Amino acid sequence: MKVKKSFPIVGMHCASCARLIERQLSKTPGVVSASVNYASEAATIEGDGQIATDDALAKAVESAGYKALLTGELKGGKTEKTIEERKEEAKKRELQNLKIKIIVSSILSVVILLGSFPEWFSFVPYAFSNPWYLLLLSSIVQFWAGKDFYLATWSGLKNRAASMDTLIAIGTSAAYFFSAFGVLLPGIFEKYGFPMIMYFDTAAVIITLILLGRYLEARAKLHTSDAIKKLLQLQAKTARVVRQGEEIDIPIEEVKVGDIIRVRPGEKIPIDGKIIEGVSSIDESMVTGESIPVDKTAGDSVIGATMNKSGTFLFKATKVGSDTMLANIVKMVSEAQSSHAPIQRLADTVSSYFVPVVLMLAVATFVLWYVFGPATAAFSFAFTNMIAVLIIACPCALGLATPTAIMVGTGKGAEHGILIKNAETLEIANKVKVTVFDKTGTLTEGKPKVTDIVEVYRSSFIVDRHRKSDERTNNLRTNQVLRIAASLEKGSEHALGEAILEEAKRNKLEVEKVKDFKAISGKGIEGSIGNTKYTLGNRALMKDLDVDIESAEGRVQKLENEGKTVVFLATDKNVIGLIGIADTPKDSARGAVNALQKQGIDVWMITGDNERTAKAVAKKLEIKNVMADVLPDEKAEKVKELKDLKTDYRSRVVAFVGDGINDAPALASADVGIAMGTGTDIAMESAGITLLNRDLRSVDSAITLSKSTLSVIKQNLVWAFGYNVILIPVAMGVLYPIFGWLLNPALAAFAMAASSISVVGNSLRLKRVSL
Amino acid sequence: MSIDEILVSVAGLGLIGFIWWFFFGKRQAAVNTVGDEVEIIVEGGYKPSVIEIPVDRKTKLTFIRKDPNSCLEEIVIPDFKIKKYLPIGERIVISVTPKKVGEYDIHCGMNMFHGKLLVTKLNI
Repeated sequence: MKVKKSFPIVGMHCASCARLIERQLSKTPGVVSASVNYASEAATIEGDGQIATDDALAKAVESAGYKALLTGELKGGKTEKTIEERKEEAKKRELQNLKIKIIVSSILSVVILLGSFPEWFSFVPYAFSNPWYLLLLSSIVQFWAGKDFYLATWSGLKNRAASMDTLIAIGTSAAYFFSAFGVLLPGIFEKYGFPMIMYFDTAAVIITLILLGRYLEARAKLHTSDAIKKLLQLQAKTARVVRQGEEIDIPIEEVKVGDIIRVRPGEKIPIDGKIIEGVSSIDESMVTGESIPVDKTAGDSVIGATMNKSGTFLFKATKVGSDTMLANIVKMVSEAQSSHAPIQRLADTVSSYFVPVVLMLAVATFVLWYVFGPATAAFSFAFTNMIAVLIIACPCALGLATPTAIMVGTGKGAEHGILIKNAETLEIANKVKVTVFDKTGTLTEGKPKVTDIVEVYRSSFIVDRHRKSDERTNNLRTNQVLRIAASLEKGSEHALGEAILEEAKRNKLEVEKVKDFKAISGKGIEGSIGNTKYTLGNRALMKDLDVDIESAEGRVQKLENEGKTVVFLATDKNVIGLIGIADTPKDSARGAVNALQKQGIDVWMITGDNERTAKAVAKKLEIKNVMADVLPDEKAEKVKELKDLKTDYRSRVVAFVGDGINDAPALASADVGIAMGTGTDIAMESAGITLLNRDLRSVDSAITLSKSTLSVIKQNLVWAFGYNVILIPVAMGVLYPIFGWLLNPALAAFAMAASSISVVGNSLRLKRVSL
Repeated sequence: MSIDEILVSVAGLGLIGFIWWFFFGKRQAAVNTVGDEVEIIVEGGYKPSVIEIPVDRKTKLTFIRKDPNSCLEEIVIPDFKIKKYLPIGERIVISVTPKKVGEYDIHCGMNMFHGKLLVTKLNI
């Protein structure tokens, strides 16, 4: 099979390296042609994929002294990951380089500092204070350790743009070059009366501190994307595919839709699919956040990257590559992390004017101090304060304030099965005042269940009429009602019939054989068991058949008031049993509603059911506001009405929680659409938040997460703005006339480094929010 | 005011004016109208920086970063939810299919360098 492969190569440092690798690759068996591009650091080969395996290619490149990145990056969906991985590698290299620079420049800075103040450090040998010696040491710091500041400044200036590097480069250059001129051309200094002050220490200390700040900031920033890394690491590397009766391990990228895959206990399920044989209990917590393992059997779907706990099973791959649920989740989280929150707008605007404005302020500072400063030392005041202004200004903190918090916040959500679509949703969710729940399938299981079995008239079928009516016999009798009903319903596909059969199965009741079966459309069914003819159906059917339901009326009413649908079982014109069927609330529903109400959020329930049924469920869940008899296409309209209901002349932020399949319009029209989803369906498109864990309590968690994220963002912004707004004037010297305070440029460097680290650190705090 | 003070004041004002002109007074960047694809060089900014692309059509933006400045290592197009790492010297292709006419910001990971996508009803 002829294939074409491209892969990155690491370690090339000249064009001849490329030729060398090319030759080695061409010599590899199976390779028809090979080309290596030095600029893009990648190789492309064509050949027989069976002979020229990844291993063989990697070895060929290695033999030439380089490294090929071949593991799994060849398939389309994988490119992203490779870039991510390489980014991480690049970051690590960068950190390593920074570390060396910091160590060297710290040592040099200390020596320069000692030499610059011989009057303070009398133990320092006189030679340390030699200006030429200081010039040499600080040149190393300035141009080797500080090289990146210059490179960045230069590339920016070419485009008439400025960044934070511009400020550092200009600030330290001013200090360095002024001092260097003093050393090199002392004559000119004397001639024009410049003070013979050296600022080598200032320049060196600033560069060292800023580099240290960068290093710490970069390390902290690596952790803001931990969530994505964790998700990517969940992915299994290989799959055991059954081909021609044999089981072989193949890389996950080569699995195709339709492949049959075997999974043994304790193994990861490699990709999404449907079980075709076997039973197992599967822990899906890593992907969906659902904590209890789920039992699955033939016909059930399995999710890639989840853990198979107990059984062995075979499944058919249904989704591979970028279509899998995990790939979708990763995509969604990384998209959310790249979106902008509206709250960021101000910071964005400010940072685009920031650096030029600071440059102008620095010049103004120099002029003002030179003209109005103390006559004896006007120049040195003007000069150090100008440098302090350039160094203290920290546009980085402004730029990092919102995005880092959004990254950590959305990542935290994903870990708990709460997928947030974008930063905007995360921002609005904290303002939610009204939450509307769809009833069927969201608050309730969405599947009718038998809730009550009432035995009405005994004589016709009592099992053991002589025994006392203790609990056991009661059970026997209600079981009898259920058994007859289930026997009649056998094979039924009607929702109520299924509920009855399900209940019978749950009680391990065996159904009996039914003769003369007849379905009465829209009303019920009848049939004979043994010699007795039974009828099972609704009130209308009983009326048609003249069955006396008078005796049971009280109990029927009671059931109906509870919102249950009542099925009558009759024989010989007598009602012998009643079966109450209802869609029961989910276990987590009441807790979820309570938690929201505790946060001061109005909870509404919306449903197409009649008012009585709706109210009954609402009562159980302690929901006061109910909208019943709402047709599916009216739900969006109702959500809009709630949005327009103004309290205190302000419209309220409304969240809609739906199961996602038919609620798309309502989800989209709410301020915050929350879908109970599986991570693959279209609901994710229309909903701002998807609860993969299908746990209603996560609605509250999502709002809590939004609140904590927003408060971290606000703290960050207050800090970042406040820092600049307060400290820039301080550096300019506004406090000097009052308190005689000035800001030392080295101290300014320290403050500036600390300020961006503290913003990132504050965002990382979100990792510890309990949801 | 002594002569040197006057000199410093005048030079300072001049310098402030120059900074203003240099950063804010730049002429509107030329609009580059493109159809299906465009190559953008990332070097101290984005070249071209203002790109006009058609609505409802897929346009391939190929970014080639030549600048080692870590500020430029990531490209962000927030309205399209795009944030991508740009390895130096590599062609990174980002496809966008804008659904709405308008102006969309392109910027670096730290929001210091800017470019623009102008989405219009082009007939190419």
